[in-house]
Amino acid sequence: MSIASHRLFSRNDLIGFAVLAAIIFIVLPLALDTFRLNLFGKYLTYAFVALGLVLCWGAGGILSLGQGVFFGLGGYCMAMFLKLEASSPENTAIQSTPGIPDFMDWNQLSALPWWWEPFHSLTFSIVAVVVVPVFFAFIIGVAMFRRRVGGVYFAIITQAIAAIMTILIIGQQGYTGGVNGITDLRTLKGWDIRTDSAKEILYFVNGILLFACLLAAQYIRKSKLGRILIAMRDQEDRVRFSGYDVADFKIFVFCVGAAFAAIGGAMFTLQVGFMSPSFVGIVPSIEMVIYCAVGGRLSILGAVYGALLVNWAKTTFSESFPELWLFGLGALFIAVVMAFPNGLAGVYAEHVAPRIARLLRRGGVDLPATPDKTPAE
Amino acid sequence: MSEPKFPKTLAGPSRRAVLAGGAALTASLFAPKHLRAADYPTAEVNTTGLAVTDDTVTIGILHSITGTMAISETGSVQAEKLAIAQINEMGGILGRKIEFIQEDGASDWPTFAEKAKKLLVSDKVASVMGCWTSASRKAVLPVFEQYNGMLYYPTFYEGLEQSPNVIYTGQEATQQIIAGIDWVAETKGAKSFYLLGSDYIWPRTSNKIARKHIEKLGLKVVGEDYYPLGHTQFNSVINKIRLKKPDVIYAIIVGGSNVAFYKQLKAAGIDMTKEKPLLLTISVTEDEIRGIGGENIEGAYACMKYFQSLTNENNMEFVKAFKEMWGEDMVIGDVTQAAYLGPWLWKAAVEAAGSFDVDKVREASPGIELTTAPEGYVKVHENHHLWSKTRVGHAKVDGQYEVVYETADLVEPDPFPEGYQ
Repeated sequence: MSIASHRLFSRNDLIGFAVLAAIIFIVLPLALDTFRLNLFGKYLTYAFVALGLVLCWGAGGILSLGQGVFFGLGGYCMAMFLKLEASSPENTAIQSTPGIPDFMDWNQLSALPWWWEPFHSLTFSIVAVVVVPVFFAFIIGVAMFRRRVGGVYFAIITQAIAAIMTILIIGQQGYTGGVNGITDLRTLKGWDIRTDSAKEILYFVNGILLFACLLAAQYIRKSKLGRILIAMRDQEDRVRFSGYDVADFKIFVFCVGAAFAAIGGAMFTLQVGFMSPSFVGIVPSIEMVIYCAVGGRLSILGAVYGALLVNWAKTTFSESFPELWLFGLGALFIAVVMAFPNGLAGVYAEHVAPRIARLLRRGGVDLPATPDKTPAE
Repeated sequence: MSEPKFPKTLAGPSRRAVLAGGAALTASLFAPKHLRAADYPTAEVNTTGLAVTDDTVTIGILHSITGTMAISETGSVQAEKLAIAQINEMGGILGRKIEFIQEDGASDWPTFAEKAKKLLVSDKVASVMGCWTSASRKAVLPVFEQYNGMLYYPTFYEGLEQSPNVIYTGQEATQQIIAGIDWVAETKGAKSFYLLGSDYIWPRTSNKIARKHIEKLGLKVVGEDYYPLGHTQFNSVINKIRLKKPDVIYAIIVGGSNVAFYKQLKAAGIDMTKEKPLLLTISVTEDEIRGIGGENIEGAYACMKYFQSLTNENNMEFVKAFKEMWGEDMVIGDVTQAAYLGPWLWKAAVEAAGSFDVDKVREASPGIELTTAPEGYVKVHENHHLWSKTRVGHAKVDGQYEVVYETADLVEPDPFPEGYQ
């Protein structure tokens, strides 16, 4: 173990973080109008999920195909608060029961369900955004990892959970808004989240939160914990025989991934203005894994680029070729998986980074020849 | 379903198609006013920066052409393109040709919201023809209200909505339901009903209205069940229906579930042609029958405002033009016809307002009439829905409906029905 690897940032990491920060906080806001910036803000909310997957899957070897559940739970917690604020008795005067969300009224509910009540409080809602999904992840983690369920079986179970969650939300439409989701969200404590200035502010809040999560992920990767995760991924039994409780580490990293996804979900709700079960199910959950795979499942910065690239491609293809865009997107995935199994980050590490190092050396800057000695990266 | 190439302005083989159908239609029925763009300077007809030039106006088409809803929404896209082509053929709107930007909602509600915003904010379209499911409409509604766009929404739906930024060209629930139940009670002497539906807002709200009306008539609901979208196992409910022996099965099942439901009904020995029990649906148009198979649904009744088999002159022309543009094997369902009305209603409102400005179009919309609608005469109500007749069709083995009943008068749209909530 080299000494450098104990530092939180190697020089390359620093450059990577600086470049991403420059893109998110300077380049995109200057280059894009509010509408496109808001779209990129939406893409960045998926980066939270991809980031969590880098930790769970890339580092810990836990492939979860149910991250949409946590994204959705976080998003719904936020949406419930916003919906209650939008459903003031004045706004809903035409309903049979004014003061409750419109979809409850359509479903013949005449009072707010008790578990909606706490969501009148913003503080409670913000805490719930993180705590509810993490608690749920904790239960799943304890139930699975303590029984040593792993690998493909775990992936299948998470997928089943995503399916169950969707059915539950759609089936209980009086309480959840059903397949329509929770729509028509307007203000946050009186602040109109639909205006252009609000979209810009939310974009920056989103960026700052993303960087906080990136820093947390970086810290986990560089700490002893991160090394144990990688060891677990490669040789779980050896780690166990060395006296570590493997299950605890897995539960922890799974909860961290859930927390990241949930924050992304909440920011999604704020920026897009609604939440629906179409983010909870199997398909979106798998899409989220694709963001991570395209970016490079071993690289936390790659996750952000992967989410941005895939979603940007999705928007661009579908605007230019409304009838063929799905094929274009499919081709992109196939190309990435066939040609660059480690995703964008792999391309960077193999082709771009050595060149930059050479250039810098020529310019008299001293850089280690091999950028990073971390195992299996 | 492959889509024939069709340019934004008419040319090539499709010109003949529309000339044959559309021009006859336009010449004889639409009585063009020959409005010239020069009489309407762009600066005057467009004060809010919409995509209007001296000779074109751009609108948006926003439907799912990929994903699970594509099969339903394709017909709407085709009808809208046909209407646009015909309007252009007769000189456009205020002397301007309509160009359109088509976006794919991809059967995904957030994508609908994203694309709606793109159309309104980036493309500055003057109006949008689009959406199909309630969920997609709910997703785009805040966008249209925030950026003051105008949406023409074609699907029959649950009501409980009245946005200043939407014209609802399909029927709302009471229009579709009440006349049908009255008919089956009077003509067929039905006394008991079994309500069935897919589990989401439209079937639930519709059945709520149906139940209230049935009870108002002093008749009985003997069962009510809902199944998730995509559900394919209906054997248990079919057994329940046999046990309860209702006079009418009132079915609001949507999408792929329909195929399973009607096949299983037939397999269970319930022959709908015997009308014991009689089956009345508000969710199966000619489009759905293509998937279900005419032989599986023969004898069922459907209640909606339009059937392809209508024999009035407008409809004959419309069906002919539609088939010439999109292919002989096309069928046209209720929603496809409603989608066709969108561009025409918008044209009439723009001409009445003498402006493309959304606020002025909105002001001019109530009272707009179309005497040329394939379904007959329609009129825009103050509440942005259409006055329209309701009809009952009897499913035949060839996948078409035979119209057996039609309301004498136009039915008033009532999206917030008193006493039915």
